[in-house]
Amino acid sequence: MMNRRHARGEISLRTQEALHGYAFILLWVVGFALFTFLPLIETFQYSLNRVTVTASGITLNFVEWANYTRALFTDPNFVELLIGYTVETLVSVPIVLIFAMLIAMFLNLRFRFKSVFRTIFFLPIVITSGPVIKELTAQGVASVPGITNMAAVSEFLAELPSALRSPVEYLLTSFILILWFSGVQILIYLASLQKVDRSIYEAAAIDGASGWEAFWKITLPSLATATVVNAVYTIVTLSHFSENKVIRYIYDRTYDIHGGIGYASAMSFIYFGVMVILLGIIYLSLRRWAQRGLR
Amino acid sequence: MISAKLLQHPIADRLRGLFLGSRARHGLLFNLVLYALLIAIGFVYLNPLLFMFITSIKNANDLLNPMVQWVPTELYLGNYTKAFRVLNYPNTLTVSFLMSVTPAALQTFVASLVGYGLARYRFRGKSLVFLLILATFIIPPQNTVIPQMLTYRQLGLLGDPLALILPAFLGQGYRSAIFILIFYQGFLSLPKVLEESARLDGASDLRIFLTIAVPSALPAYIVSMIFGTVWYWNETFLTAIFLEGGVTTLPMQLSRFVQAYENLYPPGVVNIFDRLNEAVKMSGTFLNILPLLVMYFILQRWFVESVERTGVTGE
Repeated sequence: MMNRRHARGEISLRTQEALHGYAFILLWVVGFALFTFLPLIETFQYSLNRVTVTASGITLNFVEWANYTRALFTDPNFVELLIGYTVETLVSVPIVLIFAMLIAMFLNLRFRFKSVFRTIFFLPIVITSGPVIKELTAQGVASVPGITNMAAVSEFLAELPSALRSPVEYLLTSFILILWFSGVQILIYLASLQKVDRSIYEAAAIDGASGWEAFWKITLPSLATATVVNAVYTIVTLSHFSENKVIRYIYDRTYDIHGGIGYASAMSFIYFGVMVILLGIIYLSLRRWAQRGLR
Repeated sequence: MISAKLLQHPIADRLRGLFLGSRARHGLLFNLVLYALLIAIGFVYLNPLLFMFITSIKNANDLLNPMVQWVPTELYLGNYTKAFRVLNYPNTLTVSFLMSVTPAALQTFVASLVGYGLARYRFRGKSLVFLLILATFIIPPQNTVIPQMLTYRQLGLLGDPLALILPAFLGQGYRSAIFILIFYQGFLSLPKVLEESARLDGASDLRIFLTIAVPSALPAYIVSMIFGTVWYWNETFLTAIFLEGGVTTLPMQLSRFVQAYENLYPPGVVNIFDRLNEAVKMSGTFLNILPLLVMYFILQRWFVESVERTGVTGE
């Protein structure tokens, strides 16, 4: 008798706690339904229709997968842009990660004028925006100074097989641009470097480990989680960037008079799919590496 | 044997300490390489900004003169007066300020509520909520933006600041997910004792949250406010769609700079020196990031320290 009442009291306490918890996240749940879930479903519905905008609203004509086949098989630009995006992302992510890790390790050392350098290295976080980047690229400041004009470079590029040419060209023309996307990643690495216990390094040094060994055996494994977080962050930022060519293309098509919205929606979903696959590939490979590193 | 002895000689030891460093401090060689690398990378980062600034103070002659690269013959501010007019600066600056601080503040508040709820309460479906939060971060905006735009149009909210503020208030702002996770992490690392004793004293959940949890998570609030403001300021995709035809932010005006310039200074009418050139464009770009730069240099100590204290790594 006593026991059961106790048990009931426990349950109601649990329920009470859960209800309070739901109250805290209620605003978010409503927002998710209204501003993410419903629009996502609607966009998918548009992608299966020819959408015409009228004065009173919109009319839908069901066309099955026609918008998707048009994007993948008829449109001469879209697939090419998608491939370009994939290549650029796969090239950029490792560069951003390695560069951010290096800078974070520098900033984790003790040296003079550290705060000056720290201020400079975090500057891109503050000023990286679509229009600013666009103006800077238009002026040619985003590439390594003068490198694309050099005859040797263009000859070298012409020698390369076509599959390699576009990544290398992209690397040369947008190297600085890529570095500008590493601000937040540096912060994340720095935060997790500062959590590493100094005494581990001391113990390793006493056992005779060199700095090189300490990096591979201590620093790198302790940055594993941060690396996964950073990789996801980098891919998402690059993919959502408003000057991204695929996004610009989709945005321009949206305002086409003939079935613009439906077609743009279908392209959005294909783009989303490619992005998720990229995320999946990089996430899984990094996670496997991270787990091996921790063991 | 001999060489080992020689290496252990006090003077050799001191020399080695000077060049290669010891455990206590770095050596000269190490420092040299370190500073060289830091300065090189720092230059790579500052180069575009320097270029932007120097181009913006060049007059028309300097601009055409190939001899003038880094040092203009005079400090010419005419580009700025033009860019100032073209950008409609006082107006767009105010709009940009309001349209970034307001959503950032609301988003910060809601993100902290959600983060607290997730960190402190046990309830079913929590892992689903986490998954959906992550999804809001990953889903590209163009997959959800068109229906929202059409709904806003029907409600007559297109171009209204509310179109941007409403999602932020419901936790669906620009990158809200990151802030929720930061707050979750922040509250999780705080001790529960104070909150539990307040609960025993009969304080309500909301009161505990507002009077105990919020003050102790102050670094997370600072991070969320700063990043939220910066990201909203720099965001142009959503603003271009939701605010089109209504209020104009600074980056929006910058992205149609050419058109706005030619409206003010029609190319057929003005003399050749007043045509649109890079110097004016760079002045506009610089005016665009100037408020952020000022904010950054004022807040930068808090900025880095708070990030370090909140530990954004989300493990």
